[in-house]
Amino acid sequence: MYEHDVIVVGAGGAGLRAAIAAKEEGADVALVTKLHPVRSHTGAAEGGINAALQDEDSWQDHAYDTMKGSDFLGDAPAIETLASDAPEDVIQLDHWGMPFSREEDGTVSQRPFGGLSYPRTTYAGAETGHHLLHTMYEQVVKRGIEVYEEWYVTDLAVTDDDDPEDRTCHGVAAYDIKTGEVEGFRAQDAVILATGGLGQVFDHTTNAVANTGDGQAMAYRAGVPLEDMEFVQFHPTSLPSTGVLISEAVRGEGGILYNDDGERFMFEYGYANNEGELASRDVVSRAELTEVNEGRGIDDEYIHLDMRHLGEERIMDRLENMVHLAADFEGVDALEEPIPVKPGQHYQMGGIETNENGETCIEGLYAAGECACVSVHGANRLGGNALPELFVFGKRAGYHAAGRDMKTAEIPVGPSARTETSDVSPAVDPGTVEGASDDVAADGGVTADPTAVVEREVETERERIEGLLERDGTNHAEVRAEVQETMTEHVNVFRTEDGLETALEELQKARRSYQDVAVEDPSRTFNTDLIHTLETRNIIDLAETIALGALARTEFRGAHWRAEHQTRKDDEWLKHTMIAWDDGDLDLYFVPVILDGENKSYEPVDRSY
Amino acid sequence: MSTDSNAETGTDAESTAETDVESGTDADAEPAVPEPDISSHQQRRMDEKREGMAERDAEAAAAAEADGETTHLRIFRYDPEVEGKSEPRFDDFQVPYEQGMTVLDALIYARDHYDSTLTFRHSCQQGVCGSDALFVNGSQYLGCKTQLNEFDEPVRIEPLPHQDVVKDLVVDMQHFYEQMDAVEPYFEPDELPEDELEEQRQTRENREKIKLSTRCIQCGACASSCNVAAGDNKYLGPAALNKAYRFIMDEREGDERREERLEIVEDEHGVWRCQTQFSCTEVCPKDIPLTEHIQELKREAIKEDIKFW
Repeated sequence: MYEHDVIVVGAGGAGLRAAIAAKEEGADVALVTKLHPVRSHTGAAEGGINAALQDEDSWQDHAYDTMKGSDFLGDAPAIETLASDAPEDVIQLDHWGMPFSREEDGTVSQRPFGGLSYPRTTYAGAETGHHLLHTMYEQVVKRGIEVYEEWYVTDLAVTDDDDPEDRTCHGVAAYDIKTGEVEGFRAQDAVILATGGLGQVFDHTTNAVANTGDGQAMAYRAGVPLEDMEFVQFHPTSLPSTGVLISEAVRGEGGILYNDDGERFMFEYGYANNEGELASRDVVSRAELTEVNEGRGIDDEYIHLDMRHLGEERIMDRLENMVHLAADFEGVDALEEPIPVKPGQHYQMGGIETNENGETCIEGLYAAGECACVSVHGANRLGGNALPELFVFGKRAGYHAAGRDMKTAEIPVGPSARTETSDVSPAVDPGTVEGASDDVAADGGVTADPTAVVEREVETERERIEGLLERDGTNHAEVRAEVQETMTEHVNVFRTEDGLETALEELQKARRSYQDVAVEDPSRTFNTDLIHTLETRNIIDLAETIALGALARTEFRGAHWRAEHQTRKDDEWLKHTMIAWDDGDLDLYFVPVILDGENKSYEPVDRSY
Repeated sequence: MSTDSNAETGTDAESTAETDVESGTDADAEPAVPEPDISSHQQRRMDEKREGMAERDAEAAAAAEADGETTHLRIFRYDPEVEGKSEPRFDDFQVPYEQGMTVLDALIYARDHYDSTLTFRHSCQQGVCGSDALFVNGSQYLGCKTQLNEFDEPVRIEPLPHQDVVKDLVVDMQHFYEQMDAVEPYFEPDELPEDELEEQRQTRENREKIKLSTRCIQCGACASSCNVAAGDNKYLGPAALNKAYRFIMDEREGDERREERLEIVEDEHGVWRCQTQFSCTEVCPKDIPLTEHIQELKREAIKEDIKFW
């Protein structure tokens, strides 16, 4: 068994920043990641980092823009923390040598981004995430922080008290991909989940193959509620063939969207008469699909993003990477022709319920970054707000986990914050299937000995893995493909009640099929067949929470569009959807959104652009 | 998938007898082969699975045929602990070709439709994570950003040469990472602005100067292509030297740090080992002028008038 004070699971932006902070606070910290840190998907972020750096800008304006962008489903304490911490944290990155794009006077450049009232998006070319990731990894190397790379954390070691709020997390069980050994990692102080997104729930996504929502699924099974899972961001400009992302920066710099008739549809059809192409991502994604559905798409599939008028010099200075991506992945010369684009799953607004300090309702368990839901993004994330979320909340979680004395969080966590229980009753009963052998969050006898809790979890995981290797059955890839197709067909940009019910039925079938999956590769060496099989279980659990949350929320807010409910219903729905797993019995309840900030209250207004 | 079952399914399988020596995976990379440790139970199970797979393969092959065009892949296989794979071999796969298909797409298709034991690293599928550098028809490429139709058939896909093979197309990157760490790859300025909200200024020219060097994704293609690195295990190699360049050329670090960094790179296994063959520059998927950067470091070292070996 390995032992550290703080164990960080995942080594993308949030995980690296959390590890650095915990180390600064004096903790013995280790990163455990199924990839090497520089392979993490933070590296694919392109556009930039929102932070109010200029005198004429203010963090209060950044907070307001974020709240409006969230369609008033973000929590004010989280949003104000993000906006007020971001400037200092961006400068910290600069002091770590991050190669930001620069102005003539040597200060960092900022550019306009969708939904922002001021050009406050700091960037490093169109490869901001790559530089952020590498810069932070350099700091991890500098500090000698231990990295367990290519170790796949399969589950959390949590005590099995009845009430999740009484439970404590003592570590994790992890599988060494190179050797096939399952080992325990005992965390003296805390485990921080920083496992990123869950794009693999869908079949057209800008996310990496590794983005299978492992952290969300593990926390969920341990009893932490998942918050606002129905809010999934579909990025309006992904390449049709591969899902590769074309940055919002193209539109920020002046790129224009055209339909097959050569119309600038964002204006011509009134989707966003003021902001046009720079309206919020959900608005632009729906506009594009509406164009396609009404027969004005190109090849009935996509629309065009044109940046040729910007001129080669400006394009190569600020957007060079986009030219390469369009050429390599779509065979298009973006200097000579428009780029074909369509919406693709991009970001999960919802996730593991946390407060401003990264705490979950389970003692010793934290989460930060895309896997968490503080909630900063509410119903819709603004471009340029994901990267600051990584380091602002990664840092806070790292400090808090390592014992720094911080202001008590204002956002409540855990089922005790419940104000209302949902009465939605889908035709099928999600969460588990009859005869499910793969289990409960915390089983076995009650034990107070932390090491024994970890050992028991390791034993459980060893048995689970042996079972998958020993038995015969279907390959997980078929089940995964079914889930992805179901989600893209029924839980996409446009959602109907029938479609969501169908999705839940299909997911139930997938859950049943998963009972019969087996791993073909008998090897203990680098068995990716096994890893992908374990991931697919996480994908099923999370797909279900997204579909269920979407069915429960009978309104249209932000990224969540419902055919039968075409308005935002503030009287009824200024609340977060919470889904707790509770050993297979799903508990769906609500917690009010917090619109009162430190010095002001955010009054919901119409989110028009 | 064994080559036998491949032949049964009519997927145009040829059991090739080639070994890693011919395949360009040179002696350095020849895997140490431990005793296979397979229980009889495991063996029976594998046999059963193989039968099931053969049926599925036949279906997939029929589908491919119906659709028309396929591409012939010949993929390096090795697993130290699985019987039949502990001796390196090549397996053949026929993958239905689609316009725009990359080398990685073809590997994923082969894995998900024919043989789920086929093993390779991949993640972002968009050329930034650096997981899938491969040796394709005799040269290094990033699988996800390389079109399949660039190659003559059969398309031979092998692990990166000059690195130990862990399994199939997965190589041990440990040595590569250690060399990156050897150049002290982290920013260390002499002084920082006192105000924590004030950035350290950098001229546009200086940012431009280091821009290409900061694009490295640590895929390892360069080191794998380098003859010098193949012969001298201690040679820092192009990626690590490029990382050193990134800091040495950054005007925000001080003179003293710069001198220390130059000392590291002009160690006997440093810049002077480079024979300017440009192989690293040719294979770099991010188009970083690695050889030029190394040459520039040589000039800087001389300019600093530091003794060299």
